[in-house]
Amino acid sequence: MLEHYLNILLKSIFIENFALAFFLGMCTYLAVSKRVETSTGLGIAVIVVQTITVPINNLIYNYILKEGALGWLGLENLDLTFLALISFIGVIAAMVQILEMTLDKYFPALYNALGIFLPLITVNCAILGGSLFMVERDYNLPESVIFGLGSGIGWAIAIMALAAIRERMRYCLVPDGLKGLGITFITVGLIALAFMCFSGIQL
Amino acid sequence: MKPLRYILDRLEPYFAKGNKLEKLYPVYEVIDTFFYTPGGTAEEPCHVRDAIDFKRMMSAVLVALIPCVVMAMYNTGLQANTAMAEMGISEVPGWRGMVLSWTGVGCDASNVWADLLHGALYFVPIYIVCMVVGILWEMLFAVVRNHEINEGFFVTGLLFPLTLPATIPLWQVAVGITFGVVLGKEVFGGTGRNFLNPALTARAFLFFAYPAQISGDAVWTAVDGFSGATALGVAAGGGMAAVTEQLSWLQAFVGTMQGSMGETSTAACLIGAVLLLLFGVASWRIMASMLIGAMALAGLFFAAGSTTNPMFTMPPHWHLVLGGFAFGLVFMATDPVSASMTNLGQYIYGGLIGAMVILVRVVNPAFPEGTMLAILFGNVFAPLIDYYVVRANIKRRALRHA
Repeated sequence: MLEHYLNILLKSIFIENFALAFFLGMCTYLAVSKRVETSTGLGIAVIVVQTITVPINNLIYNYILKEGALGWLGLENLDLTFLALISFIGVIAAMVQILEMTLDKYFPALYNALGIFLPLITVNCAILGGSLFMVERDYNLPESVIFGLGSGIGWAIAIMALAAIRERMRYCLVPDGLKGLGITFITVGLIALAFMCFSGIQL
Repeated sequence: MKPLRYILDRLEPYFAKGNKLEKLYPVYEVIDTFFYTPGGTAEEPCHVRDAIDFKRMMSAVLVALIPCVVMAMYNTGLQANTAMAEMGISEVPGWRGMVLSWTGVGCDASNVWADLLHGALYFVPIYIVCMVVGILWEMLFAVVRNHEINEGFFVTGLLFPLTLPATIPLWQVAVGITFGVVLGKEVFGGTGRNFLNPALTARAFLFFAYPAQISGDAVWTAVDGFSGATALGVAAGGGMAAVTEQLSWLQAFVGTMQGSMGETSTAACLIGAVLLLLFGVASWRIMASMLIGAMALAGLFFAAGSTTNPMFTMPPHWHLVLGGFAFGLVFMATDPVSASMTNLGQYIYGGLIGAMVILVRVVNPAFPEGTMLAILFGNVFAPLIDYYVVRANIKRRALRHA
């Protein structure tokens, strides 16, 4: 049993890395990776949001939305799965709002550093993707906690690695046409190439 | 040597600023400084005086690679000649056969010179293509972007062919080295500014773009129709018993087995390692920690055992001599540009790569020859490791002097 959870964790961190294997959450990944400090903060925020929203969405999906989930109310034939997308986004938005207020109160430095990108986590496709994958793969509650944690960690280490490389790249002489996003795209491609050493691992 | 200096001095005005050949100055500069140590000194502060400059450092790596190159040619020829004898072929097809019959050494596997020559007929064309294409790109960038041509490329251009199988099509060599030099290095501004090792980038690109020509059983020996898996491929299929059936540890150490041209011989890599450490070019910290990391994880896997995965049965000392481990350890992971720079960081970086090599090798059935990918993975995290090591150091000192 423990091995099963460990597999889900490792798989979501390395083999199916959200940023580098599925290219999810690219906008924030590219935009907030200029400094390691900020991206570490964002990475932690994503881990926290992901670990909370995926299990909550799991509960909502399994006990409210799924076909026949409301059977105890006498509504056996009710299938609310068409509401999945909107309720997932709602949960994510609420979670981010709570996280934002917490950061504002207790970690103002991090709050200021993350700036606009914290609210943007709401529409970060990595977060929503986590919940949708959870549905698709039919995870139960403990599995979805592990999956949320793992996918968050995977995304966080990906953005931290990119940020460290970009900080080092200040000493690079990038051609004018490629400066900024251009070279970042190439860098991300090369990082993804290195991460491909995990593709094919069967756990 | 005087006449050469004279010619170079005579030519210099043509390449100076404002003259006809001004654009080609990098080409002149690279030839000049290849033969003579440049006399210029730094104009700004922070001037380190050292007898060994960047160009000599790269030359040192080239010298350390010589044993690997010789073994690459010898082993390629030996494998080809042995396979031909087994299959009853006596004639090598194509232009290689013409050269072989013209020199008259034949295809006798027990004749060292015949093996060397036969292997050279495979290695040299790959090397030439790699150098010509690579240098063309390098020159193009140097001329257009007005920077110097660096000797760094000579190392990349020699490392890359050594990681390829003998039968690789030459156009793929050209495509691979183009990817490695342009996207792996030049777009970042040239030698010293890349974050991945360009030779490895090129190798990884070919590996994923054209898997049929760079992995599998048929590519390692340069004889048509001969199929022989690498030792790691054999182990992934049939476990340790299948390997020891056809190969002794000593044989694997010397390197007379299937594999990428320059990677089979741990002995040659060991000589290279000694030279690199004597020259002070490579970091012993990375080598040592990578070795320890790999041995620790391999030992753990070996002790744990597995009923489903035959790779678990490989003892740690076998991991050392198979695949690209030794070559990657000595020449790839220690690349000073893409490795961690801090001392503590180098231990972490080496340990990470060592563990990753064994992990990919044992756990990932798709890539038993995954050393190169593991080192790329290490390259990606080297800047992050450095960042946190430096941060921790600043924090510690701030506390001490608070």
